[in-house]
Amino acid sequence: MPIQLEIVTPERKIFSDEVDGVVIPGIEGEMGVLPQHAPLVTTLAPGELRYTKGNKEEELAIGQGFVEITATKVSVLTDMAMSDDEIDETAVQEALDRAEKSLNEKLGDEDYAATQAAIYKMMAQLNLKRKRKV
Amino acid sequence: MATTRDIRRRIKSVKSTAQITKAMQLVAASKMKKAQEQALSGRHYAELMNKVLVNLQEQADDDSHPLLENRGEGKELVILVSTDKGLCGGLNTNLLKAVFKDHPDASFVTVGSKGRQAVARMKKDLLADFHVTDPVDFTQVKTVSKFVREKFLEGAFTKVTVAFTNYVNTLTQTPCVETLLPVSPLTLGKAKDYESVGIESDADAGEVPDTGYEFEPNASAVFDSIVPQYVDYQIYQMVLESRASEHSSRMVAMKSATDNAESLIKDLSLEYNKLRQAAITNELLEITTASLALE
Repeated sequence: MPIQLEIVTPERKIFSDEVDGVVIPGIEGEMGVLPQHAPLVTTLAPGELRYTKGNKEEELAIGQGFVEITATKVSVLTDMAMSDDEIDETAVQEALDRAEKSLNEKLGDEDYAATQAAIYKMMAQLNLKRKRKV
Repeated sequence: MATTRDIRRRIKSVKSTAQITKAMQLVAASKMKKAQEQALSGRHYAELMNKVLVNLQEQADDDSHPLLENRGEGKELVILVSTDKGLCGGLNTNLLKAVFKDHPDASFVTVGSKGRQAVARMKKDLLADFHVTDPVDFTQVKTVSKFVREKFLEGAFTKVTVAFTNYVNTLTQTPCVETLLPVSPLTLGKAKDYESVGIESDADAGEVPDTGYEFEPNASAVFDSIVPQYVDYQIYQMVLESRASEHSSRMVAMKSATDNAESLIKDLSLEYNKLRQAAITNELLEITTASLALE
């Protein structure tokens, strides 16, 4: 029995289909979800989300947010979700360097937190991209 | 009776008005497209989030998070999302009518200057006014959300509602007053029109598991991060809906103004030509009579 996976960002609905299993980057570490999982809610850490459908495994880099799991459905609400081919490695690397530089400058608490969050998201993108190359 | 010169002057003034309304129509149309796209694409996220939170609240204890607390009857805080500029049909009038009818004693936080002016005019309690640029900037909405959350946590209010205009389609926008806190089901767009805007109303998604949710790492940590986000994004979505409504409504209003001006110009030109011809006939008549008299 498959499980319904739905990934939504504020900009658009990224993914909505039935899959065989999902691995989610939870705040407490990676978490594998199969059909008939116990109802669970957790926050996400920026990282990789993997899902399998048939023999194919797909990966997405996702940002912060949270996930609601029921027996038949996984709803992922996040502020970013990108697949491998959507990530522009050089652009992300440049943005990452800029962000890291600005962290050293004087920032307010909120700016600091926002920049830090952006850095985590970019790292997630880069990790996904680089893993594929090796 | 109007002379030809009067009519000529009127035609000229109507023409320049038509030019202005036409320009505004075109500007509104291009802004409308962007705003509509934004509103529609954000709707899924907001709806799903709302659904999850409603499920969670049913399961959670009342004291699991201060923002989820149901405090019963008491003073109400209304976030009034209106437009900054006029000339957008009856959008603000309808919204204000809906708000002041049902919530006469509430305190207000306004987004958009039209709402602020109305609240001041009615001598209601105005707590704060926020400006949100066009296109909508999320960080600006966040400050609104933060302010409202703090007010709610202080305990001065038991309920937070948002008055905004739901965008249904280019021709229809409905004023809406929805409860934001404590968390309750929201309608974004309009249920019966979901098909026309390409959103299926999925009935199966509303299932609530029999057993309670587990939380990782624990309930309060999860709620601490989810609930403020929820408030941020819901307000953001509502501002987006209002913006899409504003531009659609303005586009339609300006289009009908331009059409009116054009038909007025047509009528006036007809009258002008009639008068001009009457004058020529008159002149000819005078010349003929004069020459006849000389014979």
